[in-house]
Amino acid sequence: MNKRKVYLDHNATTPLHPQVERSLKEAIGLFGNPSSLHTFGRRAKGEIEEARIKIASFIGAEAGEIIFTGSGSEANNTVLSIFSCPSSHCTSLRGGRSEIMITSIEHPCILETAKCLEEKGTKVSYLDVDKYGKVNLESLKQKVHQKVGLVSVMMANNEIGTTQDIKAIAKIVHSQGALFHTDAVQAVGKIPVDVKELEVDFLTLSGHKIYGPKGIGALYVRKGVPFCPLIRGGHQEKGRRAGTENTLGIIGLAKAIEMRAKEMQEEETRLLKLKLILSQAIEKNIPDLYFNGHPSDCLPGTLNVSFAGAEGEAILLYLDLEGIAVSTGSACASGSLDPSHVLLATGLGAEYAHGSVRISMGRDTTIKDIEYVIKVLPKVIKKIRDMSSAYEKGGNNG
Amino acid sequence: MADQDWVYSEKLKSHFTHPKNILDDEAAYPADGKGIVGNIKCGDQMIVVIKVDKAANKIVDCKWKTYGCASAIASTSILSEMVKGMSLEQAYKLSPKDIAKELGGLPEHKIHCSVLGDKALRAAINDYYQRNGLPEKVQKERARIVCQCMNVTDAEIEQAVMEGAGSYYELQEKTKLGTVCGQCKDEASRLLEEYTKKHFSK
Repeated sequence: MNKRKVYLDHNATTPLHPQVERSLKEAIGLFGNPSSLHTFGRRAKGEIEEARIKIASFIGAEAGEIIFTGSGSEANNTVLSIFSCPSSHCTSLRGGRSEIMITSIEHPCILETAKCLEEKGTKVSYLDVDKYGKVNLESLKQKVHQKVGLVSVMMANNEIGTTQDIKAIAKIVHSQGALFHTDAVQAVGKIPVDVKELEVDFLTLSGHKIYGPKGIGALYVRKGVPFCPLIRGGHQEKGRRAGTENTLGIIGLAKAIEMRAKEMQEEETRLLKLKLILSQAIEKNIPDLYFNGHPSDCLPGTLNVSFAGAEGEAILLYLDLEGIAVSTGSACASGSLDPSHVLLATGLGAEYAHGSVRISMGRDTTIKDIEYVIKVLPKVIKKIRDMSSAYEKGGNNG
Repeated sequence: MADQDWVYSEKLKSHFTHPKNILDDEAAYPADGKGIVGNIKCGDQMIVVIKVDKAANKIVDCKWKTYGCASAIASTSILSEMVKGMSLEQAYKLSPKDIAKELGGLPEHKIHCSVLGDKALRAAINDYYQRNGLPEKVQKERARIVCQCMNVTDAEIEQAVMEGAGSYYELQEKTKLGTVCGQCKDEASRLLEEYTKKHFSK
């Protein structure tokens, strides 16, 4: 059986870039503890600091403003914990501000952390989004007040791809004296990101979403803003993140970013074209569907679409049997009973959220892949709808 | 390469890829009984129709339609095969566990996806009894209030267990039972154990 294998789940994770793979192989013997003073340690340390400079310069930061973490999730957890630390030291650093504001479409590593902090007494407020998943700037202006210490808004949403006007949001947040964090895990390396231009105080990025290794993330912390480590007990990362550095991960991340710098712009144009071909063909060949996310302020490779009367897990698994890998916002695929919180936050009906499919393309996606999807997807949807108790062609399907 | 990466059992896969007894044209199918359960807002809905040999008191045919995931599709497909030739009483007693067993097992968090099929089947059987002047045979789905304060029934507790509530705390999270006076804790814990055994013991 030589069925075509088409990977369209790049927002979940990506394969290693061949150049990253090579750099990892070359660095595999670099075992020295970067904290050691001898040659072995110094060599590892040297590589890490070189990587830090590359990564920093890619997002317009200074090397000293980059902290390596074990993941994007860890970086996000770190930022939220700074603003809920009840110690008098941290409280005074924050000027007494102890409230956190986030959007309703953040990644679970922000949402769940905020929920936990809320249970421990931190006040958390939530920003709503419109039907495209965009934060309403007017409502942000009204909501940020004197007690809010941190506002966190993700730069690009992992499910629907919608991108926010981060610069404008940061400006509003700063005008009220609060600090601003953006989870840019889905943005860095896909669309231009410059921390000085955007004027953000904290920014999270991750390796494995951009063809780097898993288990490595980084947090940008603007010089001079309050900080409190999540992981303690070592002087690594200038005391801001304890634990022996992941030398290989850091080298891989730097290489991934170096390659992104070279390939990103061209790839953006190419993916936008592929997405247009795909979305037009889907719209032409499949009735009763709904595209989620913003039509233009969106990641170039992300397309999220809901099919009336067809359940997402069934779509995902039928496509998987045809060799196509996508993801879904259906409850059945997540292990919980609720469909995607992001789609619900955009006001989409639960029945449409259960029938959503996310197609996320990447650097290895070709026109042949897209043509294959265009051939297979309508058949799969038809098969499911033919046995669906909840589908009526052109009817009110929900 | 063997299909080792398929998420569920091979049998489930074959019923998922080639579902049996789909109700293509409802208008053209003279059903003796019809049951509809579930709600697409919750992610799944099921229609089951049956034909009954009145003299023999047996189900002779069963068809279905669903808005549901792979497990719901496969479990109803296999259910529709299992019930053919069964007496109404036998069919009424089929449980999600029987279906899961026939499918070669289901992951725990998928058990609740398979309950719609047998629920809809019971609704169809009850519908048959109603249509044929046998209302005394209609068995009410058992429902007894366990938590008086929050009005939570044993059926809701069973549902919560099938949806993955494995501890008293999780049961409370799902149903809100025992969150006012707390008197039902012992009874609810006993039911939790009973339903967990019923649906998840091997």
